[in-house]
Amino acid sequence: MATSGLERKRSFVRRFSPRSWGDLSPLAVVSGFLTACVVAMLVLILWNIVRGGIGSLTWEFLTASPRDGMTKGGIFPAIFGTVFLVLLMTVAVIPVGVATAIYLRHYARPDSRLSRLLRVAVSNLAGVPSIVFGLFGLGFFVQFVGRGIDNLFNGGELAYGQPALIWASLTLAVLTLPVVIVATEEAMRAIPNEYIEASYALGATRWQTIRRVVIPNSMTGILTGGILAVSRGAGEVAPIMFTGAAYFLPHLPSKLNDQFMELGYHVYVLSTQSPDVEQTLPLLYSTVLVLLLLTFALNALAVVARMRFRARMAR
Amino acid sequence: MTDYRKSDWGQFPIRPGDRRRDVWMGRLISLTALGAIAAIVLIFVFIGREALPVITSPDVHQEVTVSQMVSKLEFRPGKPKMYIWQPVSETPKYSLAPLLLGSFKATLVAILFATPFALGAALYSSEFAPRRIRESIKPVIEMLAGIPSVVMGFFALIILASVLQNLTGWKFRLNATNAGIALGIAVIPIIYTIAEEALRAVPRSYREAAQSLGASSWATVRRVVLPAAAPGIFAGVTLGFGRAIGETMIVLMASGNAAIWSLPLTDSIRTMSVTIAAELGEVVNGSPHYHVLFFIGALLFVLTFFVNLLGEWYVGRLRRRLSGSAG
Repeated sequence: MATSGLERKRSFVRRFSPRSWGDLSPLAVVSGFLTACVVAMLVLILWNIVRGGIGSLTWEFLTASPRDGMTKGGIFPAIFGTVFLVLLMTVAVIPVGVATAIYLRHYARPDSRLSRLLRVAVSNLAGVPSIVFGLFGLGFFVQFVGRGIDNLFNGGELAYGQPALIWASLTLAVLTLPVVIVATEEAMRAIPNEYIEASYALGATRWQTIRRVVIPNSMTGILTGGILAVSRGAGEVAPIMFTGAAYFLPHLPSKLNDQFMELGYHVYVLSTQSPDVEQTLPLLYSTVLVLLLLTFALNALAVVARMRFRARMAR
Repeated sequence: MTDYRKSDWGQFPIRPGDRRRDVWMGRLISLTALGAIAAIVLIFVFIGREALPVITSPDVHQEVTVSQMVSKLEFRPGKPKMYIWQPVSETPKYSLAPLLLGSFKATLVAILFATPFALGAALYSSEFAPRRIRESIKPVIEMLAGIPSVVMGFFALIILASVLQNLTGWKFRLNATNAGIALGIAVIPIIYTIAEEALRAVPRSYREAAQSLGASSWATVRRVVLPAAAPGIFAGVTLGFGRAIGETMIVLMASGNAAIWSLPLTDSIRTMSVTIAAELGEVVNGSPHYHVLFFIGALLFVLTFFVNLLGEWYVGRLRRRLSGSAG
């Protein structure tokens, strides 16, 4: 339909007339301004990092090892270590997190003391400072479990009783457990009750129902939880400082009890311990940019997965 | 959707093995679920185990006692006594006061900085924002929350600190305010998310009732919406506080790391969490210093535990209030 000039003019006026700006009371203006400030903070942070880091973000940077006291070269060992670390973490955290969510949703009575205790434990676990997880990883995994393994199986020779990849990833698994539990439970809550009742009505056992109905239908939620956990785990530095991350290693980690380099830790090392800050700065910016892109990409993936899941459940 | 035609549903009635498997899987799942409880208990036990010698072990007491950790210590003979944290020296000094003060200063700045922005944004998106803007605020906040703390620390160390020093001419480039502001930016998403949820949970009928009585939008928010959502706002600020006091990497990189007893917010600080992160790497296992660091960790754990419980309690109160009286 063709619009007359007058109508076009009217819609133009309407769009830019104060009425369409919504509420213009002082409170609305002030709170809108504060909102704009928050947006501006994000934009400033991202803009600075992208501007500083894009220049030296080359293919060589991503695939080479650091050289000349980490003032040249790339960050491949750190990327490799991060991926290895979060993979191990995922393997540990997904089964436990999903089982806990299943228990809360399908085994525990909602108001039983145990399930309330479990919920308090989960929410408090989410609030424990990350450095405390680092202490815990050192005290429990490295000193207690690791030393225990060495004493039992290696005749006291030091193999597992020292900071290592496996202990860092298990520490991160404990840290990200609440993320997986919450995401999985949310997905399970969205499954229509009819599905589950229908399964029971066919005479299926509880485990069969869970395996054939609950888990397949909450797969996207589990995936979302896993991605969010990975994104969280990839960005945490404090828990791995004493449980396995190393400043610099000439070799890539190949065994579970090797130490490893990690992106976040590399950022920390480059920005605080570098012998020549001026020379390292471009590399530092690029490392930060890579870490940021990695976590944002993972988060965006989680958002897409969640949206698809919601759309499917709404059908 | 799973295609059930392709699965083995045709095998009903169930076989005896299925019953047995059901029982065992039930046990396995229940046992695994205890993992979360076990984790929190283990954290408590294993940090406590390494922290306890500070209170009980005579070996540790030769170097430091709990009463020394909270009192002023003699720095040099003849000089006035001070609160000093100086664990690596000929006579190690372990006064916790500078660290507690440092944590308090950083957290104070963070909360003072974050609260107006977070509440303003929450208020705007729940009360005033057109739908399209409201829906685009959420991803912004999620992105802000997704920035790893080491990246925020980097930002504060390299960029924010220089900007602040150029603006103000402070003597120390890295100081409590710099760390606090970066910490505050990291805390905004927590406060925003909880406060916004609380504001939106206030029933529409409340607002309509107020407006039909002729209340302006300011009066509606001030007299009706904010009081109704108050516990949720407290919960947000409390949980933000809990996050800020335990946050490590930002403060480690942006605060200057000087464990000194001084009140101005423009001096460098060292917080409890940073002390652990900065010193645990160089410490001898089982030494008094090692145990003191775990003791600080235990303090931090207990502190955040109670702060989070308080936050949860506020959330519960909000829920009771709005479900009890909502029409």
